[in-house]
Amino acid sequence: MIDRIASGFNPFVIPFLAGMAFVLGYCLISMIRIVLQLSHADRKKFLISLVTPGVIWRNCRDIFCDCLLHVKLWKRNRLLGYMHSSIALGWFILIVLGHIEVLLFVPGRINLFYYPIFFNFFVAENESTVQGKVLFFLMDFFLLVVLSGIFLAMLKRLRSRLFGMRRTTRHSLTNQVGLYALWAIFPLRLLAESFTAHISGGSFLTVPANWVFRQFLGNDLNMLPTWWAYSIALCVFMVVLPFSRYMHIPAEMMLIPMRNAGIRITSARRGLARLEVLSCPNCGICIDACPMSADRANLKDCTVYLTRQIRRGNEKRIDEISDKCLLCGKCQELCQVGVEGPKLRVAQRASRKYPISPDFSDIDVKGSGISAEKHEVAYYSGCMTRLTPSISRSVESLLRKAGVDYTWIDRDGGLCCGRPMLIAGRTEEAREMAARNMELIISSGAGTLLVSCPICYRMFTEEYTLPGIRVVHYAEFFDELIRQKRLTVEKSDVCYVYHDPCELGRGCGMYDGPRRLLSHAAFLAEADRTRGESVCCGGSLGSISLDFEHRKSITMSSLENLYSSRADAIATACPLCRSTLARYSDRPVRDIAEVIDNQTKES
Amino acid sequence: MDFGFGINRSSTIDLTKTDNGLFRRVCSEEPGARTCMACGSCSATCMASDLSGMSIRKVLLAMQRGQDIRHMLSKCMLCGKCTMVCPRGINTRRLVLTICRLYD
Ligand code: SF4
Ligand code: SF4
Ligand code: SF4
Ligand code: SF4
Ligand code: SF4
Repeated sequence: MIDRIASGFNPFVIPFLAGMAFVLGYCLISMIRIVLQLSHADRKKFLISLVTPGVIWRNCRDIFCDCLLHVKLWKRNRLLGYMHSSIALGWFILIVLGHIEVLLFVPGRINLFYYPIFFNFFVAENESTVQGKVLFFLMDFFLLVVLSGIFLAMLKRLRSRLFGMRRTTRHSLTNQVGLYALWAIFPLRLLAESFTAHISGGSFLTVPANWVFRQFLGNDLNMLPTWWAYSIALCVFMVVLPFSRYMHIPAEMMLIPMRNAGIRITSARRGLARLEVLSCPNCGICIDACPMSADRANLKDCTVYLTRQIRRGNEKRIDEISDKCLLCGKCQELCQVGVEGPKLRVAQRASRKYPISPDFSDIDVKGSGISAEKHEVAYYSGCMTRLTPSISRSVESLLRKAGVDYTWIDRDGGLCCGRPMLIAGRTEEAREMAARNMELIISSGAGTLLVSCPICYRMFTEEYTLPGIRVVHYAEFFDELIRQKRLTVEKSDVCYVYHDPCELGRGCGMYDGPRRLLSHAAFLAEADRTRGESVCCGGSLGSISLDFEHRKSITMSSLENLYSSRADAIATACPLCRSTLARYSDRPVRDIAEVIDNQTKES
Repeated sequence: MDFGFGINRSSTIDLTKTDNGLFRRVCSEEPGARTCMACGSCSATCMASDLSGMSIRKVLLAMQRGQDIRHMLSKCMLCGKCTMVCPRGINTRRLVLTICRLYD
């Protein structure tokens, strides 16, 4: 293998170089800006994490698995996984192999940036070696892999259902330009390398193609135009990259280290939030995932459109999208990049100013229903459960049957846990409420705080500091009592399907506890979409703007999903889910506490 | 478009001197607020009624009379109980946020 062109240069590399310089410069500046937008403490944390050996290892592993292999997509749909990893990993390997070729055959040229990319143009094969054969074979092989990925990408535009997706995103103009440039790059590369294959050598793909072309285009003049075309396609792709969804490639490589450093979203647009927005490749998985998609009017309100509108700076739409979301967390659960749609929205809501701010600082919680003597367990029903007395009645009845020494600390009313306030974006007010409630709970002197509403449960575990107090949802607590034989439950022959409340399942990761408890008293069936993929009941307080009548289609689709299990009845562990589902359900809806209480003998 | 008939503007003369500007501004953003029938379901469930006499029904009434509602609103916890029980399906939780935003 020898240099064919003495100067090692041809003008056709200029578009590529210009594109590369532009994209590198642009990305560098925007990444530096994002780091500068972090708060001082976060920035320090991030920079330290970059030199911590354990984190470096995790960063490398995650970048390899998520950005190149796309492991999470493979788990979702094999075809989708193959499509993404063939393009990403295949392209990456082509670049690495290009560098190896240069190092091996013309090591003097390694300082020329474009050499590995356009290697075949600049060299001539003077002898055939084993190394050369193997390398050329690998080059052709991975080019084929990438081409197959591109073919699948084209197919996906036509038949998205093959890839497990009902709906895909409608792309903007820049995204389309980027998309077609990306599609063009690899076929053009194949053409260019084929036209040169009789000089530079090639393998199973390029050599036969070269032979075919020479039969009717037997002229070396075709060589240069195709190399120009290849270089221009690369240039177009790199120039539109920062303004299109392909910005996700550099952004995700920075998002992973930042997340591993433990940084959280604090503002709606800056720092980590900005990076998450840029990291969204508009794959559209969140469109099918979103329970709001049950109503066509809401199709443009899922997370992919939030990230798009934030990039466009369309304030009106950003506000609309932020207010509509149910904060059920399903888009985040399924997003392979880990865009935190709910958190972005809450941060957006928190950026608003109101002339009236609720104030709870003057409230004296002491004396509100707290008896002087201490009890083992403090039961906090929360306002949701108080509005659904059948649940609190069952919880009390079970506590009595098991002989638990308890007190109901908010029997006569009290403050809300603060989560509805928090997710409406009024953080300070929510903190104030939390502070009052913490006083109340600590002054009760109980060692265990029992809750029957997942919304409160999530708030207590995430936002409260309750030293020495165990916060427990009844699903776990009653299961323990049953295993300690303090409750005797008889199994009925009714078959229940369990609806995962968003706040308990995706919110707190509690999927097995409620199922275990329920299985003491009934048979269990599973719905089509269950656990992390369960469908929100539609009653969520997360949405500010969804009206009563617009929630119906969401509740109906949640019920459709539950009916798919063919169970006799529906059980859930959230008072809000219970009343929302019961409104339209054609079969009984019960809280697990009620089911258990029914099947428990008086002792 | 001409249907061959028209609707006259209401000729009622409003003699009250109260300033219900806030109510009208709120209603232009939340038309649902006009559909309240003062059933009192929200008053019965309101978490904040013990604390500040809060209830959506009273807030709507007070705004129409031009009375100050700041104290009542200052204890609303946005808990959404009122929304869950309102027979008219008024999005009362958003209504509270709208009032807080438009208040001056
Ligand atoms: S938010 Fe996540 S799931 Fe939705 S389009 Fe972006 S990357 Fe895909
Ligand atoms: S949190 Fe739920 S409702 Fe909101 S966008 Fe994501 S999937 Fe849709
Ligand atoms: S009621 Fe439905 S929406 Fe609300 S937390 Fe429970 S599951 Fe989520
Ligand atoms: S949201 Fe406000 S007005 Fe409605 S019940 Fe709760 S505290 Fe009362
Ligand atoms: S529940 Fe609804 S209709 Fe009844 S008083 Fe309250 S806001 Fe009005």
